[in-house]
Amino acid sequence: MWKLLRHDGRAEVSWFSLLFGPDGWGGLLLEGAVVTILLAVITVPFGFAGGLAVAVMKLSGRRPVRALCEAYTTFFRGIPDLLSLFIVYFGLQALIDRIGGALSPGVHLQLNAFAAGVIALSIIVSAYSSEVWISALQAVPRGQREAARALGLSPRVTFAVVILPQMLRIALPGLGNIWMVLLKDTSLISTLAAMDLLRAASEASRNTTRPLLFYGAAAAVYLAISIVSGIVQAGMERRLDRGHA
Amino acid sequence: MLDTVSAWLAGILDIDLLRTYGWRLIEGLKVTLQIVGISSSLGFLLAYPICRARMSRHAVLVNAALGYITFFRGTPLLCQLYLVYYGAGEIRAALTSIGLWTLFREAYFCCVLTFTLNTAAYQAEIMRGAIASVAKVQIEAATALGLRRYRIERHIIWPQALLVALRPLGNELIGLIKASALAAIVTLLDLMGQTRFVFARTFDFSVYLYAAVMYLMLTEAIRRVWDRLERSLGRHLRPS
Repeated sequence: MWKLLRHDGRAEVSWFSLLFGPDGWGGLLLEGAVVTILLAVITVPFGFAGGLAVAVMKLSGRRPVRALCEAYTTFFRGIPDLLSLFIVYFGLQALIDRIGGALSPGVHLQLNAFAAGVIALSIIVSAYSSEVWISALQAVPRGQREAARALGLSPRVTFAVVILPQMLRIALPGLGNIWMVLLKDTSLISTLAAMDLLRAASEASRNTTRPLLFYGAAAAVYLAISIVSGIVQAGMERRLDRGHA
Repeated sequence: MLDTVSAWLAGILDIDLLRTYGWRLIEGLKVTLQIVGISSSLGFLLAYPICRARMSRHAVLVNAALGYITFFRGTPLLCQLYLVYYGAGEIRAALTSIGLWTLFREAYFCCVLTFTLNTAAYQAEIMRGAIASVAKVQIEAATALGLRRYRIERHIIWPQALLVALRPLGNELIGLIKASALAAIVTLLDLMGQTRFVFARTFDFSVYLYAAVMYLMLTEAIRRVWDRLERSLGRHLRPS
């Protein structure tokens, strides 16, 4: 085993045993990676469905509804994601405190960082993805809806069977970009004491004073997830594109 | 109606807070503007050679540029920032011996460095797309007319590519402003940092809303300037 002396006189431990040894930090990093992926994967259905709902309301809602949706997307697209996270986190906490204080005084409920993260990320992703959904909705020709109606399909069936499949093909590249943004945004949750990949790396580097190694390892894991996502996305695009030369 | 609205606003927005701590937010805004200004312009300068390497015919250059772009676009900015900020501390001895430690010691420098490297990767991809969008026949025609490489770049490619790149570059600038809030996490007192400072002192939630309004005004202003820029630079393309 390599043992070198560092400038502070402590024995140098090899990077391999720091990561994969019996007392290594690889396990914590792996758990962190699972939390990161879970955060992103759980957020996706809420965020994308929310974005679609906002897009539909923006296109067909009444004027106050439209204005409200416009304000919502402008707000969350115009401020830093970190600030959105804090606003949602501390805002929800204040809300919980107020409701909890009214229901049962003296009881203090602490908002779970993971749950707050999913909520905040869903709100951010909804705002981002609504723009993608709008252009996809507008890209499906009106004739498709009219033809479905002439065939006697209900609005719900029309949307699910006729409109959505055509929309998805157009929306996929944009949604893929947002997925990448989401994946990287999960790292912001590490500032709220959730043990995600980046937080695990921070923990490990604080205990070993080897930040280069552990942040480098975390970056490598993020990179691997990004690259795999890119490959999956390309595959999905190919599949949805079949029939469209 | 107006009374209820203002009463409601006064309920969530504390005006006294702004009177006491408003100057802190302004100071923070200045730091944010500085950081973003420096890193977006340095990033622009750095993006050009990266874009050129990415489009070159040498496999080594292409792969180096591709690796750079993939790394900086595929990992979270916060992770990159930690890598520079805390990583510099680990190689302090080496940095001191080449006289760079005084720079890396400063959170300000680490932020500017990280943001520059990060935005350069995004801007390089934007430039590549814009340059590739210029029709090849134009370059062939220019070559046939005997124009030199530099003339072709300067008078044929750049004016057309700039127009294509303008909008995505504006989006990238807005993205950088939003991303710059991460500077607060490594103790820098930018707008976000000052906001967190005030919140830690007062536990008044409304300071976050004030900060949001300031960020919104900033991003909205840039969006408008960019709209105008695009309209004036692209006026020859519109049918009058």
